[in-house]
Amino acid sequence: MKPYIQFEQLSFARGRNLIFDRIDLAIPQGKITAIMGPSGTGKTTLLRLIGGQIKPQSGRVMVDGLDMTRASSKALLAMRRRLGMLFQNGALFTDLTAAENVAFPLREHTRLPESMIERIVALKLQAVGLLADANQMPAALSGGMARRVALARALALDPALMLYDEPFTGQDPINVGVLLRLIASLNQALGLTSVLVSHDVTEVFAIADLVFVINEGRVVASGSPDELRAQMPHVPFLRQFLEGAPDDDQSIAGQQSAKIFATALGLVAPSEPACMSKAQSQSGAL
Amino acid sequence: MMNTQRSIEIVVGAFVLAGIMALLVLTFKWSDFGTSSVSGYTVTAQFDNIGGLSDRSPIKLSGVTIGRVEHIQIDPKTFEAVVTMVIASQYNNLPKDSFASIYTAGLLGAQYIEISPGGDTQVLKNGDKITMTQSAVVLEKIISKFLFNKAAGQ
Amino acid sequence: MYEQSPIAKRCTVNRWVCALANGLAALGQGFLSAAAHMGQMGFFTGQLLWRLLPAWTRPRLIIQEIYAIGVLSLVIILISGGFVGLVLGLQGYNILSKFNATESLGVMVALSLVRELGPVVTALLFAGRAGSAVTAEIALMKTTEQLSAMEMMAVDPIRRVIAPRFWGAVIAMPLLAGLFSLVGIAGGYFIGVVVLGVDSASYWGQIQQQMQPVDDVMNGVIKSLVFGGVIGLVAVFEGFNAEPTSLGISRATTRTVVLSSLLVLGLDFILTAWMFGA
Repeated sequence: MKPYIQFEQLSFARGRNLIFDRIDLAIPQGKITAIMGPSGTGKTTLLRLIGGQIKPQSGRVMVDGLDMTRASSKALLAMRRRLGMLFQNGALFTDLTAAENVAFPLREHTRLPESMIERIVALKLQAVGLLADANQMPAALSGGMARRVALARALALDPALMLYDEPFTGQDPINVGVLLRLIASLNQALGLTSVLVSHDVTEVFAIADLVFVINEGRVVASGSPDELRAQMPHVPFLRQFLEGAPDDDQSIAGQQSAKIFATALGLVAPSEPACMSKAQSQSGAL
Repeated sequence: MMNTQRSIEIVVGAFVLAGIMALLVLTFKWSDFGTSSVSGYTVTAQFDNIGGLSDRSPIKLSGVTIGRVEHIQIDPKTFEAVVTMVIASQYNNLPKDSFASIYTAGLLGAQYIEISPGGDTQVLKNGDKITMTQSAVVLEKIISKFLFNKAAGQ
Repeated sequence: MYEQSPIAKRCTVNRWVCALANGLAALGQGFLSAAAHMGQMGFFTGQLLWRLLPAWTRPRLIIQEIYAIGVLSLVIILISGGFVGLVLGLQGYNILSKFNATESLGVMVALSLVRELGPVVTALLFAGRAGSAVTAEIALMKTTEQLSAMEMMAVDPIRRVIAPRFWGAVIAMPLLAGLFSLVGIAGGYFIGVVVLGVDSASYWGQIQQQMQPVDDVMNGVIKSLVFGGVIGLVAVFEGFNAEPTSLGISRATTRTVVLSSLLVLGLDFILTAWMFGA
C-alpha cells in the first residue's frame, strides 16, 4: 500500500541536540500507526514535523504527496485543515465552553449557519460521550473528559488524518479503555489514518496495526505488534523497553544518568572546563 | 453567549464614546464653563494697550470679582482696544466717573480690570462707557523709563 | 574529597584570569542575549505588522479586547486621575499663591495633565494593569499549547490572538489618557475652586485661553497612541516568547511591566523634545 506519510532521511536537531538522525518512516493510509520510544526521544517533535509546525534540518516529510518542509504557507494551511491533532493535555481554549471549543474550527473555517454548527457540535460531543457537559468550562472538566472534548474538537472538520500525542498518559484505567475504543472505532468508522505517539506498551499493542520504536534518534525496530514480540529476544533495547526491565550496564541511558548523578555529587570531573561552565550557568539569569 | 457579546459591545461603545468626548472637551468645549454664572449689565471702556487681558478676565472692585470681560474689539477709528465687560447686577451703584485700570495679579499672574469708584452721584448703566482708563503696564516700558530717568538725572 | 574537585583547583591557580574570563563571558552573553531579544522582537514586529490590517476582518475580536484591556482598566485610571488632579491642585495652589497667581491654577493643572501626566501616568498604570494581564494570558495559552493547537487547526495565532490585543491597547490608551486628564482637571477644580477658593471662571478661562488644541491636546493624543503601541507590542511579544513554564510566565509578566515602563519614560522624553523643542 502506498504510504500516506513518509519521512525521508529526516534529521532534526534542537540546538546541539540531535533528535532524529536520518530517519526513514512510512505510515500507511487508513491504519493506526504507533510511534514508541522512551521519554525525550522527540515523539511530540515528530508529530509537529508531520503538521509542518517545525522544519527539519535536512530530509523531507511527505504527507499525502505534499512536502511539508517546502510547502507554501497556503498549501500548509490547506493540509492542516485536513488533519486533527489531540494534544497531550487537550490544549482546550480555557476561556471557551466545551461546546465553543468544538465549534472553534467550524467557526474559523466554515461559513455554516449557527444552527448547523450547533448540530455538528452536538454530534461530535455525542461521539465522545460528553453531550451532557457541553456548557462546562474546561477548568470544570476532569483530565480525561478534557481530552475527550479535545478529541471532539480535533474531529470537528472531519479530518483525514488524526495525530494523537500521548493519549493515555495520566489517565485512569477506565478512561484509557474509553479512549482506546474511541480511537479504534473512529479509525474504522471514518477511514482515518491515525498516528499516535506513546510509551504505553500494552495500550498501543492492543490497537496499533504498525509500530515503530525509536531510540537515540533512530528507528530501532518496526512491524506489527506480533512481529515486534518476535523480534524482542534479539534486540536488547526492545526487550528493555517493552518489558520495562531495569537499566542494565549495557544501556547508554543508564550510563548517562549515573554519570550526571556522580558529577553532581562531585565524584567525577565534568567534561567541560571550569570557566565555561560557570559563565554558562549565569546566562540563565538574564 | 450572544447576550454577553452584545453587552460587551455596548459597554465598549460607551467607553469609546466617553473617551472621544473627553478628548473633544479638552480640545474645544472650554467656553461653556464659567460664563453662564455672569448676568448683569454691560459697560465698555477704551484702552490703548490691554496687555494680556482676554475674554473672561475678571473685573474687580477692591479685589472682589464683580464681573467678566465679555469681548475685546478694536475701535476702527481710534485703533484703540474696546473692552466690553459684564458686571453683576447687584453692583448697580458704581459711580459714572469710576476709573478702570488693567493690572496684573502678582508678577506672573493673569491680568484683570480693577474698578476704582469715583464720586459722581450718577451710576453706570447698561451700555455706558467708562471714560477714565489706565492701560496695562508693560514691563519693558517701565524698565526703559526707569533707565531713561536715571540717565537723564546724571 | 570536595576540595580536591578540579573546579576549585583550577580557579585557585588562575584565579584572576578565571574571574576576568568569567566577567567577560557574562558581559558577552548579556550583550548577545539582549541582541537576540531585540532581533526576535524585530522579527515578531514584522510578523505582527503584516497581520494588523487583516485582523480588522474580525472586528468583534478587537471589540472584545478593547473591553478586556480598556474598559476593565477604567476604574484604576479614573481613580488615579482624580487623585493626581487633587495633588496637582494642592501643590499648584501652594506654589502659585507665592506669586499671587492662583488664577493660573487651571492652566497649570490642565497643561501638566494633557501634555505629560495624562499620557505618562496612564501608560504606566496601563502597563501594570493591562500589559501584564495580556502577557500572562498569552504566555499561559502558549504553555498549555493552546497557541500550538490553534496553529494545527490552520488558524494563525498571531492574527487571531495577538493582533486584536495589540489593537485593543492602541485604541484604548488615548481614550484612557483623555479620561484621566479630564478627571484630573476636575480634581484640580475641586481642590482649587471648591476647597481653596480660586475663582471658578479664571480656572476654566485660563485653560481655554492658554491651551492649544493642536499643540497640547493633539500631542498628548500622539504620545498616548505611541505609548499604547509600545505597551501592546511589548506585552504580546513577551507573552508569545515566554518560556512555557510557570517561572517563564512570571518572568515574562515582570519583563512586560519593567520594559514597557522604561520605554514609555524614555520615549516620553524623546517625544517631548521633538514636540515642544529641546
